[in-house]
Amino acid sequence: MEVTAVAREIREFVTRSLGTTVGDDEDYFELGLVNSLFAIELIAFVERGYAFTVEVDDLDRDNFRTVSRLAAFVVAKCAC
Amino acid sequence: MRVLSVEALGADFAAAVREEATGWDRRGALPAEMARALGANGLLGADLPRAHGGLDAGAAALGELCAHLGGVCSALRGLVTVQGMVSAALLRWGTPAQRDRWLPALARGTRIAGFAVTEEGAGTDLAVATTTISRAGTGFELTGRKRWVTFGQVADVFLVSGLVDGEHTTVLVEADRPGVWREPVTGQLGMRAAQLAHLRFDAVSVPAENLVAPPGFGLSHVVATALDHGRFTVGWGCVGMAEACLREATGHVVNRRQGGVSLAEHQVVRGLLGRAAVDTAAARELCRRAARLRAAGDPEAVVGTVAAKYAAARAAAEVAGSAVQVLGAAGCAPESRPGRFFRDAKVMEIIEGSAQVCELTVAEDLLRRHGYSTAGAR
Ligand SMILES: Cc1cc2nc3c(=O)[nH]c(=O)nc-3n(C[C@H](O)[C@H](O)[C@H](O)COP(=O)(O)OP(=O)(O)OC[C@H]3O[C@@H](n4cnc5c(N)ncnc54)[C@H](O)[C@@H]3O)c2cc1C
Repeated sequence: MEVTAVAREIREFVTRSLGTTVGDDEDYFELGLVNSLFAIELIAFVERGYAFTVEVDDLDRDNFRTVSRLAAFVVAKCAC
Repeated sequence: MRVLSVEALGADFAAAVREEATGWDRRGALPAEMARALGANGLLGADLPRAHGGLDAGAAALGELCAHLGGVCSALRGLVTVQGMVSAALLRWGTPAQRDRWLPALARGTRIAGFAVTEEGAGTDLAVATTTISRAGTGFELTGRKRWVTFGQVADVFLVSGLVDGEHTTVLVEADRPGVWREPVTGQLGMRAAQLAHLRFDAVSVPAENLVAPPGFGLSHVVATALDHGRFTVGWGCVGMAEACLREATGHVVNRRQGGVSLAEHQVVRGLLGRAAVDTAAARELCRRAARLRAAGDPEAVVGTVAAKYAAARAAAEVAGSAVQVLGAAGCAPESRPGRFFRDAKVMEIIEGSAQVCELTVAEDLLRRHGYSTAGAR
């Protein structure tokens, strides 16, 4: 799977969900753009889009906080 | 052998206990065997995978089950709700060992779970919780007070939220650990048979393997997953309550005569019935929509479920109120089902996100999608 393609899809989802463009390395949690539902919406999005399950061992903020990191996480998950 | 659908099992179960529920409410408890009876039919973990003791039911089937039970007894539906909330949290964020230990037992009803997050100062705003989970040796030590725990009087295990090094975290606490104290709550407005308790945890030792998800993910992930599941089953339970009240109200106005005419002759009574029917149908459709979103794994399922629970709780409260109104004194009688649902439905507008908070959540979601930051809100 191409990480740039995944990043584009995630960026589109984040932009749609947050109603604003976010840089690939900007932390949308830190920027205060999200509400409490967003964390599980984001998980639902990658699970549905890339057909894998986010496990408890994947719960590391670094996997989810930016478009780039999330794309890298998705690609790594799908490769294993 | 006849293989019944989850919905049919729920309908049969509800019909069999329908006449007993008033007595449960009066006595303030479900019969002790009720959990195992529900569990024997697979109804306490209907949506769990078969590998974990469930029936692999989809969201829609789980919803219909809760509507059937909710139409008979909120406490019975409440049992399905809390078992389901804790099971959903463990299925999603538990370790394989936690799933193996708890999920089949919860699904069978041989163990009962409680969900202990509310505190005196932390109700709607769970972020201000003060329960502490300190590191102690290889495990943890839990100290704090939790309030209003459904089935807290009889639960075998609690999913408890608290702070580890200042980070929101969840742990499983078996009820028989030294330092766990329960104070029964009785006579509250509604859900009287739900055996509520306030809890005190006095330096309770908890082994490391009872930690559910890493520190910092307790509220945002574990509690959020449980509450999302809870809102879904509560919403469907409210659909069942509203439908039951509508049936009783309609049956009554057709048969009751005053001043030489049937109550059904009055336009004001018909107007009331019409509104009740529309509210009820609308609630059911929003709950169906939530079920579809959940079945599809749609990210919008979370807010869709909030909307469904909000509408259904409101419909249940409105329709129960109208049913009591047209039943008159019969609606106020001790054995009145609409009277009981009138009390229960008010509770549904307060728990799992009060009506006002649901409105805010739906609005925040909308605003967020338009780039308006609502950070800090729930
Ligand atoms: C029968 C019953 C069973 C329960 N079972 C459980 C259980 O199993 N586990 C558990 O942990 N808890 C349980 N609870 C507790 C329940 O979850 C809380 O009562 C609920 O979260 C509301 O918290 P509160 O009562 O502290 O009300 P508060 O948070 O004080 O809110 C009171 C009212 O203030 C308004 N309000 C509050 N915040 C806002 C806001 N931000 N914006 C606008 N309006 C607001 C709303 O109208 C709300 O109804 C139960 C409660 C009952 C009555």
